[in-house]
Parts: sequence; structure tokens; C-alpha cells
Amino acid sequence: MRQLFILIQKEFTQIFRNPFLPKLIIVFPVMVMLVMPWVTTMDVRNVSVAIIDEDGSSLSRRITSDIRAAEYFTLNDEPTTHGEAMALLEDCEVDVILLIPKDFERDMTSIDPQKLDISANAVNATKGSLGSQYLVQTIGSTLSKYMSEQCMQQTSDFVVVQNRYNPTLNYRHLMIPALMIMLLILICGFLSAVNIVIEKENGTIEQINVTPVGRFTFILAKLIPFWLIGLFVVSVAMVVAWIVYDLTPIGSLGNIYLATILFILGFSGFGVAVANLSNNIQQTMFVMFFFIIIFMLLSGLLTPISSMPEWAQNFTIILPPRYYIEIMRAVYLKGTTFVELWHNFAALGIFVILFNTLAAITYKKQA
Amino acid sequence: MSDYIISVKELTKCFGDFTAVNRISFDVQRGEIFGFLGANGAGKTTAMRMLCGLSYPTSGSGTVAGWDVMREGEQIKRHIGYMSQKFSLYNDLTVWENIRLFAGIYGLSKAETEKRAAEALERLNFSSERNTLVGSLPLGWKQKLSFAVATIHRPKVVFLDEPTGGVDPITRRQFWEMIYEAADGGTTIFVTTHYMDEAEYCSRVSIMVDGEVRALDTPARLKEQFAAESMDEVFRILARGAKRGE
Repeated sequence: MRQLFILIQKEFTQIFRNPFLPKLIIVFPVMVMLVMPWVTTMDVRNVSVAIIDEDGSSLSRRITSDIRAAEYFTLNDEPTTHGEAMALLEDCEVDVILLIPKDFERDMTSIDPQKLDISANAVNATKGSLGSQYLVQTIGSTLSKYMSEQCMQQTSDFVVVQNRYNPTLNYRHLMIPALMIMLLILICGFLSAVNIVIEKENGTIEQINVTPVGRFTFILAKLIPFWLIGLFVVSVAMVVAWIVYDLTPIGSLGNIYLATILFILGFSGFGVAVANLSNNIQQTMFVMFFFIIIFMLLSGLLTPISSMPEWAQNFTIILPPRYYIEIMRAVYLKGTTFVELWHNFAALGIFVILFNTLAAITYKKQA
Repeated sequence: MSDYIISVKELTKCFGDFTAVNRISFDVQRGEIFGFLGANGAGKTTAMRMLCGLSYPTSGSGTVAGWDVMREGEQIKRHIGYMSQKFSLYNDLTVWENIRLFAGIYGLSKAETEKRAAEALERLNFSSERNTLVGSLPLGWKQKLSFAVATIHRPKVVFLDEPTGGVDPITRRQFWEMIYEAADGGTTIFVTTHYMDEAEYCSRVSIMVDGEVRALDTPARLKEQFAAESMDEVFRILARGAKRGE
């Protein structure tokens, strides 16, 4: 016990004496939380819409003014014919074209009503598809209002989308828990790996290896400071999210911290194992980068897992951040409880055992 | 208990096809200063690493302080001190923090650490440098500190791998005074060096060439055996036939 205490004391002395690390631990989470939620946004704004109104009725003007009022669109009034609008679409001046056909209002009540025509430029796939979706929603609401005013029976059911848990569909709210995970991956994974490999490069690990210190004691002394730093970083990030974005977890803080502890335990164990297996900093950094890129892109941090091809979805089962991201988003945005998420916690627990066993096995005092 | 603190038979270490240490056998007596000589690449460090429980022998057997080098490496580590070729205390810790760390690892109590650290610093004339970062000390001081740290737990044997490499003659002299002091206290010294004047200070000397021990005796008798004036000459006669260069 005294051995462990003395080794941890040594790690903290070294971390705080480092001219760079303590600053990084504070500045990094604050910067990431202040800047990243704004830039990693997938909200589509300023969709440029051209409306070709061949109907010229009160209804078609009403649709036009509603679109003009919607926050996502900017109206391009230049083209007057569908051909002109298509030319602008090709030049990327216009993202979406809405064609309101002649006699649209008059035929509303007939058996065979006219159809609105929407053409979107899908070169930027997200903007094209989201833009036309927004447009359909906007028109849909205009039409249903119009119909109820006219006491008409609705000929078709308009889709009403209600976004629960993140009611304003604010992409930032989705990204904030994910960014906290990114912070942990970088700080706990990299720092613990680099910390060990530096001891290898300096030869100090050999001086330790020739003492009777147990390898679990040594690894534990390496890991404990990073667990504490990780918890600190997450706490800072949550405070920033609360102050700046007014986002607080709906679920319990206990669940968030439990998941965080499990994740850091597992991931820093992984970092230590990588460091044990490499001989110098370059090797460690490249191997860590390789895994971190996989973790970031495949674990649902930036893009939803459910829209990945099936083989990729199956692959994500072995990625620890996937479970942690699910927990964080669910607890933060939905207030999901431990019981509903227990299998995610269990998965994280398995990774903790797996990676730390690996870390202990790969650390060899005698070769 | 046998009189031999280190006893090695046919100890061999291969790295792939390369035999770094080829069936060496020797015994070291309790309290001896044993000089372990050899040209660069002769296999001294590899042999020493096996004795310290840092490296598994490929074949052969040996005991250090009564423990088997193959199976009981962790037991050996309780009873030895080791100072590697490369300075390997923590440069970003102070003199005192380094001493406290290693004393703690060997299980010394707080009071005992305090006492021994004060003694060691006194002996080294280091008391004023107690809170200096080790990285800012000159090399000679670092080496003396390394030795003090390697012996802080009063080990039975201390292994020194070229402890005086790159150190000035005055500091070298002081260093050997420390070695003698430790030997007088009953610690066995196992030391490698390239300075032949230092070889003369040893109780017994072995000379390794190409992974094998070619000669082993007191400096006086080695000189007699090879009809040489000095250890320097003895070393040259033996090392001339070496096939492994630098």
C-alpha cells in the first residue's frame, strides 16, 4: 500500500511539475467545449429556394410567404420559369426548386389534385435532403392550416414530425456529450500511453523493473492519476456545457460518473497496453492515432451507427466508446436510467477487465 | 549458507542466432569487489541483466543471494541494488524525492527513509542539494547519487554497470571511496568498467571476450599469468583476439 501511495505521489509530482500538462488539463476541455459545438454542426441553414409560382393563387402566395418566413430558407426571387431555375440549380446558386403548378388551389378539392414538384441539388447530400425535407414540412403545415380554415376534409395525412428529447433539433446538444468523450479519449488514452513510453525512452523504467515493485502496483500508480484527471476534465466540460449552452443532464449525475469511471479505466488500460508493446513515442503515437480514428469515426460519435452498413454496425460491438456514447447521450438528453442501460455498463465493465488484464500481461519486468 | 553470493554455471543468452553470452561460469564471494571486464559488445551488460532478474537466461543456471535467476527474479530484486549504464533516476524529481521514491519502493518506513537519506546526503556532501532537481546536477554528482540510491536499502549485492563512464578523475576517485565503504559494510560489489586502473582496485577480475569469460583471478595473479606489467596489458592481450568489434 505504501509502495502504491509513494508511486502515485511521484506521478502527481511529475505531472504538476511539467510545464505543459496542468495547463492542458484545464484549457483543453474549456476550449473544446466552447468552440467545437458550434463548428461540428449539421444543422442546415440558408437553404436557397427558388419558387416558380405558375398558379398565382392566394394559396400559392401563402405558401411562398410561409417559406420566406421560415428560418432555414433564403428565397431566390430571380428565376421566373422552371428552366431558369434549373440553370441556377446547376450553378449551385439555388439548392431547392419548388414548382407550384397551374390550378393548384382550384384542383385541391378534386379527385385528382395537382402535385407540387420539388427538385433539390444533392451534390451536398445533407443540404439537399434536409433542405427538401424542411420544405415539405413547411408546406405541409401551411396546407393543413389552409384546409382546416376551409373546413375541408384532409385528403391526405400530412406527416407531423415531433422531435422529442432534443425538441429544437439542436445539433449542439447531440454533440456536447460526444465531445466530452472525445476529450477523455485524447487525454486519458494519449497521456497514459505517452507517460509510460517516456519512462522507457529515459531508461527510468529499467530502474523500476530492477526493484521488487509489483507490476500491478506500478500500472495502477500510472493509471490512478489519469482516472482523476479524466473525472476532472469531464466535470469541467459539464460545467461549461451548463453555463454556455444551458445544457444539464436530465438523468442522474451518478450514472454519468459511473460510466465515465468505467470508460477511463478501460481506455487508459488500453493506452498502457499500447505503450508496453511499443519501444518509442513515435510507435505509440501512431498506434494510438490508428485506434482513435477508428473509435471516433465508427462509434457513433459523429454519425449515427444505425445508418452504417451492417458489417460496420457489427464491428462497432467491439468498440468501447460506442457504449459510453450511448450512455452519455441517453442520460444527458433523455434521462435514461441505469436499469435501461445496464448492458452498456456491463459492456464497459468487460472492456475494463479486458484492457487492464492486457496492460498487466504486456508489462514485463523480466524479458 | 554458501560463501558465494553469486554463483553462475553455463549461463547463456541468445537473441535469435546471436549468442550474446556463451556458457559463462563463475562465483563471487560475499563482500568481494568483483570486476567484470570486457570490450564493448563482449556481453557484460547482458550477463548483468540476467543476474538482476531483468532478462531470462536462454540456458544454464545461477543464483544471486541464494535465489534462482531463472525462476526467482522478483526475490533477487529485493536483495540487490542496480545502477545502469545510462543514468536512470527521475530528472524531473528532486534529490530527496528520488531517494524517498526508491526507499519507499523497497519498503523502508518513513522514519528510516528520513534517517538514511540524511546519512547519504551527508556522506555525499549533498545536504544543500536536497531540493535540487536531479536533471540539473552535473554528471559526476548524478552518478554518486545513483549509487547512493542503489544502496539505500542496504542490499546484499550491488550491480554497477560502468558507473564511472564519462566522470572526471577526482569524482571517479570519490566514487571508488564510496564503493570501498559499501564493501566494508559487507555489500558485495559487482562492477563493470573500461578503466584499467579501476580494475586494479578490485578483489578479483573476470575478463569477457566474445560472450565468454576468458580469464578470472586477482589482478596480481592475472598480471603474473599473462606476464604483464599492468591490467591494461592483460586486457589488451585478451581482447586482441576479439571478433566482435564495436
